[in-house]
Amino acid sequence: MKRLIPMWIAIIAGFAMLFSAFFPHTESWGEVFGNIFNVVAAIAFVLGAGSLAKINLAKVSRRDAGWGYAAITLICFAVTLFVGLGKIGVHPNPNPQFAALAWSGEKNSEGSVFGWIYKYGLVPITSTMFALLAFYVASAAFRAFRAKNIEAILLLSTAFIILLGRTFAGVVLTGWLPEWASGLRLENLSVYIMQVFNTAGNRAIIIGIALGVAATSLRILLGVDRSWMGSRD
Amino acid sequence: MARFIKILETLDRRWIFLAMAIAVAGPIIYIGITGKTLPEKSTPAASAVYNAIEALPAGSSVLLSFDFDPASSGELTPMATSLVHQCAARGLKMIFIALWPLGPQMIDETIKKVIRADYPNLIEDVDYVNLGFQSGNESVMKVMLTDFAKAFPISASGSAVSTIPALRGIARVGDFPLIITISAGYPGAKEWIQYVVSASGGKVKIVTGCTGVQTPQLYAYYPVQLTGMLGAIKGAAEYESLVNASLASKDPSAVVPAKYLEAQRRMGPQLGAHLLMVSLIILGNIAFFAQRREKARVNS
Repeated sequence: MKRLIPMWIAIIAGFAMLFSAFFPHTESWGEVFGNIFNVVAAIAFVLGAGSLAKINLAKVSRRDAGWGYAAITLICFAVTLFVGLGKIGVHPNPNPQFAALAWSGEKNSEGSVFGWIYKYGLVPITSTMFALLAFYVASAAFRAFRAKNIEAILLLSTAFIILLGRTFAGVVLTGWLPEWASGLRLENLSVYIMQVFNTAGNRAIIIGIALGVAATSLRILLGVDRSWMGSRD
Repeated sequence: MARFIKILETLDRRWIFLAMAIAVAGPIIYIGITGKTLPEKSTPAASAVYNAIEALPAGSSVLLSFDFDPASSGELTPMATSLVHQCAARGLKMIFIALWPLGPQMIDETIKKVIRADYPNLIEDVDYVNLGFQSGNESVMKVMLTDFAKAFPISASGSAVSTIPALRGIARVGDFPLIITISAGYPGAKEWIQYVVSASGGKVKIVTGCTGVQTPQLYAYYPVQLTGMLGAIKGAAEYESLVNASLASKDPSAVVPAKYLEAQRRMGPQLGAHLLMVSLIILGNIAFFAQRREKARVNS
């Protein structure tokens, strides 16, 4: 029963979505299942929060390696949840319809603690994490990009054209080329590589993936593939 | 020479980190002091975004989907700013939505920075509206295809969608003459193309501003399914210069504020970082070939 019910839910929902894409009379089926999916997706946030708390609490109580990080995660999670749900520091909604309701303001509005955490906590942290990539990519480029064979040489040449062509360096280095040879200017070459070679390769990959997805979807819809439900244990 | 090769072979990666910091910080400081930016020539993909917005009659509604978060804000915020700037200058009605949980904050910041600061005459719910975040990824797109109000029943300020003047005449997503998605990943431009453009039989026009990582993947859809594309900060800089030039032609005496030059200002650090990367690759290969020659000499 534990496997049969989810399987039939997947089959019915899958076929409803499939038909809704091809037959105008069944368009509303897709909408119904779309709405159900949205509700389930919203519930999944609660499930995710529960899972995060469970895993990190277990780590802290067992004093596993790096349990301090788990404790920080839990504290940050609890504080953000508390100030977000409690709308600490939120002013009433400027919309006159809700002006009398103290909690009607947006949780992220000016002066709210949630907004403060977002602005001075989340934004700098995530931006820093993303910016760190530049340092690691530079280090990796120095150590890993080696012209070992023809394929690697082609890769390196492409990388040079794109790296230089996407900046003003491309204009400085090849801007002197006459108009009849303008196709060889680095900025034009980089566009050519993206539009021709990259597009051809990517389209081939996309078509391959689409065929794979269609085949796997059919196996799930027909109940042949049940691996998505996990093992019997 | 042998000593130089030895240094390259044993180079501590912290020196590379320091070089990268200097390569990025140098141009930032220089541009910050002088205010000078590098000239930009727009590519067809960036021009297509500008032309798609410019072709819309004033008063048309445009759907702007902010599908990104602070992690990619450095790359995408400048293009979001310029896109809203052009839409506001053209007199288009802007309908903001987000399919990423942190998208609404990005919308709020852009509205504050562009609309409230430079277009105070625009009225919320009449000229623009923030419908906030909706969970469900591509499923939200599918619902929008048949009933827009079901996907976004209320605005971020609590107004029912049916009462919002900016949404008059919009029953489904296909009623928008143009969709603009600022995309950092999943769900993003690719899903908009697959679930909205394809499902509408190509009737819906969509343009995107996306991260550098997404650009090669999205080129596969340009220019048929995807009308125009701003690829990373380079695309943003090209588009920004187009918008600024167009607005300057209407009022040559106006000074362009720094917030509308953000992408062009960031091309300086990008130039420094790219030049360093090219140099590092060359140096790494010099060390590699020297090592290989040394090994061959020892073996022989």
